[in-house]
Amino acid sequence: MATVRETREETGTARTLVLDIPEWAGHLPGQHIDIRLTAEDGYQAQRSYSIASAWSADSKTVEISVQRLEDGEVSPYLTEVVEPGDQIEVRGPIGGWFVWRAESTAPVTLIAGGSGIVPLMAMVRARGRQLFRLIYAVRTPADVLYADELRRRAREDFGLDVHFVYSREVPAGWPVPPQRIDIAVVNTHGWPPDFAPDCFVCGPNTFVEVVADMLVALGHDPAKVRTERFGGA
Amino acid sequence: MSIISRGFGGRRRDPSPDLPPGQYQAHDFPVLSAGPTPRIPLDRWQFSILTETGEEHTWDWKQFTALPAEDVTVDIHCVTKWSKFGTGWKGVSLDTLFEDVETAGDYVMAHSVGGYTTNVPFEDLLDGKAWIAYEYDGEPLHPEHGGPARLLIPHLYFWKSAKWVDRLRMMHEDEPGFWENAGYHMYGDPWQEQRYHGD
Repeated sequence: MATVRETREETGTARTLVLDIPEWAGHLPGQHIDIRLTAEDGYQAQRSYSIASAWSADSKTVEISVQRLEDGEVSPYLTEVVEPGDQIEVRGPIGGWFVWRAESTAPVTLIAGGSGIVPLMAMVRARGRQLFRLIYAVRTPADVLYADELRRRAREDFGLDVHFVYSREVPAGWPVPPQRIDIAVVNTHGWPPDFAPDCFVCGPNTFVEVVADMLVALGHDPAKVRTERFGGA
Repeated sequence: MSIISRGFGGRRRDPSPDLPPGQYQAHDFPVLSAGPTPRIPLDRWQFSILTETGEEHTWDWKQFTALPAEDVTVDIHCVTKWSKFGTGWKGVSLDTLFEDVETAGDYVMAHSVGGYTTNVPFEDLLDGKAWIAYEYDGEPLHPEHGGPARLLIPHLYFWKSAKWVDRLRMMHEDEPGFWENAGYHMYGDPWQEQRYHGD
């Protein structure tokens, strides 16, 4: 059982929930939790949400970031109704493949599409001295989750590069017009295959499909490209 | 014991009796894959059954698609909680493929191009319960959805229906496959909600 400690608006349509889970024994970045909601008449709905936070034994909190889907059943509740103090039934952590392990020393390429940033943010937050490159594709600057933190980390965290790709609208003074992610971006802003990086790609299915194909075409070992997808084909 | 979620109404009343616990109905066809989608040319495609004695039965694409095929319409249930009703497939029944295979194995490890594996009790593959499917909705099965051919075991969670399957290996003992090693259930019955270890 989790208690909502705090909520933070990340964008106009995405919200972070900070959950207190007293019995939480820790998680790996990339894992998710299942949330179960129960209506008064007993009707239940379950969904999975990626964990956004790195585990810290001191805090016992878990953060998830929820993107509101207009036709959704659970995400409007989590982004609009839930308040601090509310209790939520959670289960987890779940998932043992799309995870980054802090004992790994290999360089890491992270590629996010939209709210696919969430599990990758947990990796960025858990990073030690390993070399990370993050490519984060969004429609507009207003769609960037964790915008301030990412800008700060890109400036201050040694060994972390962050590159944004805007497909519809770019910030003022941005050097290139809106563009979709392409193989040149992946090649320039990800680690080259010679470095044998671990690659994590998360986002809507079509995005992940295209980006994973690019990584393979660039010569990355398919076994080192881990994907997590949401939405239909 | 569940607590009431303050202010949660939910939208989908009277869920279909065909919907297993904890699932919701999807109308698109979500994709769940652990890595990039392999593209397998048909002239290099091969499927085999390897028995516990080392005997191997192999089919190439031409031999495989010449086998008697069945059209099946089934509901599918993904562990990520979507279910899709009335999906239409064409494929070869595992009963047909095992017709000439001598085996005393009780378990099967399905292997896929790219290294994915999943374990299934042998009896869950027989008696009209499983197919190697190569058409979806009247079209050749798209690579994203496991084409050229995938396992189809609709009575278990859909991760058991291995995409890009290229080998079934008979085993005496049950062993965990890819997702099973990553914390998912060894059997995966959606009606028992066997999602994760311990369910």
